[in-house]
Amino acid sequence: MTTATTTSTMREAFLHATAAAIDADDRTVLVLADISAGAEPVPDLMRRHPDRVVNVGIREQLMLGAAGGLALTGLRPVVHSYAPFLVERPYESLKLDLGHQGVGAVLVSIGASYDQPGIGRTHEAPEDVAVVDTLPGWTIHVPGHPEEADRLVRESIDGDGLVYVRLSSATNAAPHHGDGLQTVRRGSPDDVVIAVGPTLDRVLATARPDATVLYTSTVRPFDAAGLRAAVGEVPTVTMVEPYLEGTSARVVAEALSDRPHRTVMIGYPREESHRYGDHDLPL
Amino acid sequence: MLDMTTVRPPTDPAELHRLMSLMTGDEKHSAAATSTLDVLHVLYDRVLHVDAAHPDDPVRDRFLLSKGHGPMAYYAVLAAHGFLDEAELATWARPGSRLGLHPDRVLVPGVEIGSGSLGHGLPLAVGTALGLRIRGLTTPRVYVLVGDAELDEGSNHEALAYAGRSGMSNLTTVVVDNDSATHRGDLAELFLAEGWRAITVDGRDHDVLETALTAAHDDRPLVVIAVVESKES
Repeated sequence: MTTATTTSTMREAFLHATAAAIDADDRTVLVLADISAGAEPVPDLMRRHPDRVVNVGIREQLMLGAAGGLALTGLRPVVHSYAPFLVERPYESLKLDLGHQGVGAVLVSIGASYDQPGIGRTHEAPEDVAVVDTLPGWTIHVPGHPEEADRLVRESIDGDGLVYVRLSSATNAAPHHGDGLQTVRRGSPDDVVIAVGPTLDRVLATARPDATVLYTSTVRPFDAAGLRAAVGEVPTVTMVEPYLEGTSARVVAEALSDRPHRTVMIGYPREESHRYGDHDLPL
Repeated sequence: MLDMTTVRPPTDPAELHRLMSLMTGDEKHSAAATSTLDVLHVLYDRVLHVDAAHPDDPVRDRFLLSKGHGPMAYYAVLAAHGFLDEAELATWARPGSRLGLHPDRVLVPGVEIGSGSLGHGLPLAVGTALGLRIRGLTTPRVYVLVGDAELDEGSNHEALAYAGRSGMSNLTTVVVDNDSATHRGDLAELFLAEGWRAITVDGRDHDVLETALTAAHDDRPLVVIAVVESKES
């Protein structure tokens, strides 16, 4: 059996973890729309389990609809493409073919926000987490390291619910495992910074020296109890997310509704980008 | 387990109209309200292996009503076959009823998908047919009912292109054709071009519907185009 702990990217970790699940169980099905169909270890996986890798071609509405049908028969679909083609183009199918039918699936995207700065707006979806967050019942993972991606994909496949896993080519130097908000640096309870996924190393390098730094690779459901436990009576909470700024403003406000507080939301701005090249997170 | 040899007594068409009247209040029903009625009648009387006593049996046939608009005929047939108590039909379309203007699988026994937004049933049916095959369930068949206008939706074209090239012999699409599509072409040609077997029949003739819906298609999916009165007539 292949293990993913030695792989170098989140995408490789995800594909190996999914292949391991398909080898080990009788219910996981990888559903593709050409993207990653030729990436290792998928071709060998298709030879071993020709029925359990379904490549529908460049047909993302069908990819999601077929995932819903597979789930209706008791299987566990793992659905994958670039973020805009996985959650934006077939958005209504996430809503109706999965959520409204009362079935689950694991959606795994690559191409996070501006991961591929030369590729342009058509392949960039910094809106993805906000889009998925409009739908009820979804768990959203934003791993910050390939080893976290491996663990989160495996755990998601083992469950039954609706899960979106947003993979990135940006990673932290080391993985941080654990559920909910984890304290990475203990500082002032009145100056708390939450780093999401691959923003952690940059947050640690730029945050005020006496600030508390929390980390999470799971943004939905949001660990409101963990945040309340970490902050003081009148805190400033800075949320650093590697996607659309303010995506988590609602859940942070709900978590702190019992006390006066100030929030600072850092992420990528709303802009109709016509620029090829790096988009720096405004830290 | 389902008893696949069960022969059910035929449902009286007058009985289905009576059940529909419990919802609509009308003694007679327009062609638009009954466009799917004869297809549903034949499917549930003569074709589908489903049993209200075992609605979740893994080896049941799956019937997916994709064209969720105007589900009175569907609810009437489900009541005639024991999935619904006819007393519940009077609650149709009222607030809080399980029987809405579009059917909801989470609410209604025997309903395989929630539908209403056009173009979702065929992709779901493709996934269901794949899933049954993966699970080694070779007996059950998947039937999905779409409208001719529903085929305007591009998601159907993604699904029928894939299904026709994937040897999906456990899948049958029924197109109830009441000539309501805008910019329509030849429906049979559309499916044939993608590798399906296609049969066009009178959507009111129960015997030819049964023959078509049970026709052999061992290596490819089947489409039955059931022609009924024009929506405008």
